[in-house]
Amino acid sequence: MASEGEEDYVPWIRQFCKLFGHDYFVAVSHEFIEDDFNLTGLSSQVPYYKEALYTLLDYQVDTIEDVKNGGDSNNKNNNNTKPGKPKHELPNRVILDSSAELLYGLIHARYIVTKAGLTEMAGKFERNEFGSCPRYYCDSMHLIPVGPLDISGQETVRLYCPCCNDTYVPQSLRFLNIDGAFFGTTFPGLLVQMFPEIENQCRIRLNKYKNEEFGLRLFGFRINEKSMSGPRVKWLRAVPETADEIAEYDKCELRLPWGEGDDADEEIEDDEEDDDDKTMASE
Amino acid sequence: MTSIPADQYVTDTSTDITEYWIDLFLGIKGNEYFCDIDDDYIRDRFNLTGLAQEVSHLSLLVDLITDAIDMDNDDRSDENRKNTEHDARVLYGLIHARYILTLRGLTKMFDKFRTGDFGFCPRVNCELHPLLPVGLSDQPRVASVKLYCAKCEDFYNPKSNRHAVVDGAYFGRSFPAMFLLNYQQAIPVHSKQTYVPRLFGFKLHEYSKLDRWRQLQRLKLEDRLRKDNVEIDDVQGGFETSKKESQGP
Repeated sequence: MASEGEEDYVPWIRQFCKLFGHDYFVAVSHEFIEDDFNLTGLSSQVPYYKEALYTLLDYQVDTIEDVKNGGDSNNKNNNNTKPGKPKHELPNRVILDSSAELLYGLIHARYIVTKAGLTEMAGKFERNEFGSCPRYYCDSMHLIPVGPLDISGQETVRLYCPCCNDTYVPQSLRFLNIDGAFFGTTFPGLLVQMFPEIENQCRIRLNKYKNEEFGLRLFGFRINEKSMSGPRVKWLRAVPETADEIAEYDKCELRLPWGEGDDADEEIEDDEEDDDDKTMASE
Repeated sequence: MTSIPADQYVTDTSTDITEYWIDLFLGIKGNEYFCDIDDDYIRDRFNLTGLAQEVSHLSLLVDLITDAIDMDNDDRSDENRKNTEHDARVLYGLIHARYILTLRGLTKMFDKFRTGDFGFCPRVNCELHPLLPVGLSDQPRVASVKLYCAKCEDFYNPKSNRHAVVDGAYFGRSFPAMFLLNYQQAIPVHSKQTYVPRLFGFKLHEYSKLDRWRQLQRLKLEDRLRKDNVEIDDVQGGFETSKKESQGP
């Protein structure tokens, strides 16, 4: 069944990473994918999981189209190698492609939080392959891809700036259909923790614009806070500097020191990812 | 009529466009942020006070911008003509910075703002709020044009490279402030949402602490404003200054 010229055959993963708009992805090693432990729980999230997995690893996978075109003689041969796979259970080519992409994306999200994956992504970060922060005072800080959620098919990829601590929409339209779950919520935090150099770069930028006056001016005058159009979100980029502010900052160690502590409740959220453990036994 | 030579056709269209200098200028790639200035505003010498220091041959340039003279029939050298054209663009930009602070200029910029001609805020929590152009200095040749988001009150670099070469002085430091003062309906609801990096669902402590401190600053601001009789309303998606009573210094 092995068809098209095998010398210039490009592995599926390399092909995927070269596709238009897939510039943020790194190539996951075959060893990582072949280790079943790394795939725990994915079988329930991806339709035609086995076929998709074989596609990633460049094994031959039968689809409905193959069976139809190949005719009965091929079908008979296949029946020997793959027993118990009736024709109506075979995936359609388009569905198989999309579930292979989904599976690769989900594996990718896991791979980039391992040591090897982090190093590869750090290289891309260094080369500024994820773009620069559009905020003027961040002085073209390099961005890090992040998913708003770990569930696939919900949100597109966003970019996190470690300097202003905020997330941005990618500048180019081509990234607007890349699933955020393929990068995951954990990745940027881990990258910043693993490479303290990044925080250093941020500190340099913060010091550079320390004395700059943010905010609007009208003929040289700042707008008063009490005005309708006065500044309202200066806190968003504020950094504690004076002794008073630092003392206040230290009080924020564990909760919001405001009112009777009622406001602190909003800080306690419980959106942990529990999908992995539940589905462990399903495969 | 059907067989027009190609070269003739080209010269035909080029004379058509050069009919109005301002239209030609606005059509240049990268000049999308500019609005057109009324002829009588440019001709009023009072509006040009002080600009003679920035460009030479002010009257000639004004004539050129308002199409009172035709450069094509001029007997200057090519080099000279090029310089004059460049100076005319600088002058137009500097007049533009003054014009957009007037009521008519503000109206034109409001229309451009509403159609999103200046782009949209890239910040996720701003949910594509339209931006406003701003200069970091009123002096020419200091910094290129930046974009201001009224929702997060921050400055952004333009998305496209062709805008990175437009001088910020052509819009001025005061424009967004004047704009928001005049169009209070354009003052948006400010989002309270912030982003804190997470590891496997858990917020990183250092970032969380900073975030709490920032939220505290916001609460203190709201408290301070309420004491000064400025009502702050909690609305869906954030908070805003109550628009019922307009007050301020």
